[in-house]
Amino acid sequence: MAAKRMNSKKRYELLTRNMGWETTYQSMDEVFPYDKFEGIKIKDWDKWEDPFRLTVDAYWKFQAEKDKKLYAIIDSFAQNNGQMNISDARYVNALKLFIQGVTPLEYYAHRHYAHLGRHFRGEGTRVACQMQSIDELRHAQTQIHTLSHYNKYFDGLHDPFHMFDRVWYLSVPKSYFEDAMTAGPFEFITSVSFSFEYILTNLLFVPFMSGAAYNGDQATVTFGFSAQSDESRHMTLGLEVIKFMVEQHEDNLPIVQGWIDKHFWRAYRVLALVSAMQDYMLPNSPMSWKEAWDVYFVENIGALFDDLSRYGLRMPKYHEVATAESEHLSHQVWLTLYNYSHAAGMQTWVPDDKKLDWLSEKYPNTFDKHYRPRFEMFRQMEADGQRHFSPGLPQLCQVCQVPMAFTEVVAGDAMKISRRVSTYKEDRFYTCSDGCRDVFEGNPAKYAQAWLPVHQIFQGNCGGAELADVAKWCHLQPGDGGEHVGSPDQDRWKKWRGEDTVKPTVMAAE
Amino acid sequence: MSQATQILTDLQPKDAVENFHGNIIVYLDWDYHRFLCSALAFPLPPAMPFEALLKEVIPNMYSAHPDFSKIDWANVKWTLDGVEDFVPDPAKNLKDNGFGHKSLLQFATPGLDGVGGTFN
Repeated sequence: MAAKRMNSKKRYELLTRNMGWETTYQSMDEVFPYDKFEGIKIKDWDKWEDPFRLTVDAYWKFQAEKDKKLYAIIDSFAQNNGQMNISDARYVNALKLFIQGVTPLEYYAHRHYAHLGRHFRGEGTRVACQMQSIDELRHAQTQIHTLSHYNKYFDGLHDPFHMFDRVWYLSVPKSYFEDAMTAGPFEFITSVSFSFEYILTNLLFVPFMSGAAYNGDQATVTFGFSAQSDESRHMTLGLEVIKFMVEQHEDNLPIVQGWIDKHFWRAYRVLALVSAMQDYMLPNSPMSWKEAWDVYFVENIGALFDDLSRYGLRMPKYHEVATAESEHLSHQVWLTLYNYSHAAGMQTWVPDDKKLDWLSEKYPNTFDKHYRPRFEMFRQMEADGQRHFSPGLPQLCQVCQVPMAFTEVVAGDAMKISRRVSTYKEDRFYTCSDGCRDVFEGNPAKYAQAWLPVHQIFQGNCGGAELADVAKWCHLQPGDGGEHVGSPDQDRWKKWRGEDTVKPTVMAAE
Repeated sequence: MSQATQILTDLQPKDAVENFHGNIIVYLDWDYHRFLCSALAFPLPPAMPFEALLKEVIPNMYSAHPDFSKIDWANVKWTLDGVEDFVPDPAKNLKDNGFGHKSLLQFATPGLDGVGGTFN
């Protein structure tokens, strides 16, 4: 008699849940040593509802299809010199930030979801994490492939992983992710799957992908489409994890809320870099940071937490500070990068009048009052041959590691630097905000071990005392950063476009 | 306390003063002059005379700003580690002036309010 065909539900059960068992040779606690120490209590792992019911055979088929399409477009992009279609060479600085600051996080996520794919006790959770691990590796790979084409024509894209481990603004994403990776599995998955990949995902994805679309970057747009369905799975996992933890035991609620608070704030501070990219690096800006924040956070996440209130969860602590800062954030961060891009792997510049007027329009309460005067001063200094780079190094926040340029916006004093100070082992530790201060004071022994780039330079751990030594140690090359006007990137762009006096006869990759 | 937590708690902070080759970290900021986005950080010898901070470090860092040449140094308001009305003794060194590791020195110049009075 022919065997009956399995339905997909049965197939899923056999290929996932039924692959697990109660161990007897070693105790379950020995086999899964990491999933209890955080104090999260799980009564019944079988109550886990698999967020995406994919078996591995379906998974690889879908993913292979996406890859085939994407690589065909990358090939075509390369063959047709797609890099010539971007709006302007300034746009490429968004790609420098992306490959240096985002792609290494994809790789970190790949590694850590593989770890979770082994160490969560429930099979359904392990399967979801295993698939996410492969997703994240695919994202790292496809981003590298996509952006490698730009590396042939523009500076700053040549050594992103080396820079990620050393350069000052990249310690912002690095320290955030490593904070989560050095925590337990439940904190990590709350941080990355929920705070980052659910609450804040659109504030990373939309600025970069619509920025690419509006600035002629077909390759990055295509990568974005290719990753989108992966991201929807990741969001579903994040939501399921939260619901599962709070439903399993009432003792979990305060722990989970604390992690949501901490990692919302930390991820928000990482996105400060994206806000500056969105408002300043895109020659054509479809949407301001403030507009994106209003839609993707205030509206969407407000609605989400209305929904989650039935579990006893509330909005993340200090969310109202983030909302108040939304009219200031991109300007403060861009002006920080402007002061320090001589020590960075990406360029800055004073915006042109079109962009300045766009900023005035999008930020009617803040831009002309607080930030336009500074740009006018910098424009004058540049005209006088004294383009303003900071002659010193900045004070960094002990937790988020961003230069302490944020201000007392909520207190109504937007030009006063926001500083908090904590004491631990008779030493002072500065943080930029109540949010970062709370993170520090929640575990001072951990954050006292932060590798702060500026202090590490002073300790002599970064290749030498002079900027040139540090740049060499970081693999920063001339042209990667500094001022965009007069840079090799700009000169080459003008030459290729015939905007200088010498017309090229052959397109040459540098 | 778990063994891991004990190990972490026993560790010296990464930025303990011993790691700076005899220097202390000093942070410096000109209040309400945001042409420099944040306070600046320096490794300085505690034996450095305050006068050197005043005559060398501060001008090197801040003289590009149009307000700088107008500063009346006799009427500058100093704040050291959050304590206002600090009166530095230029003849003494940093340590004897009360600077410690990661001290923050702020100076304010009321009446000189940045470009167009915008604190930039």
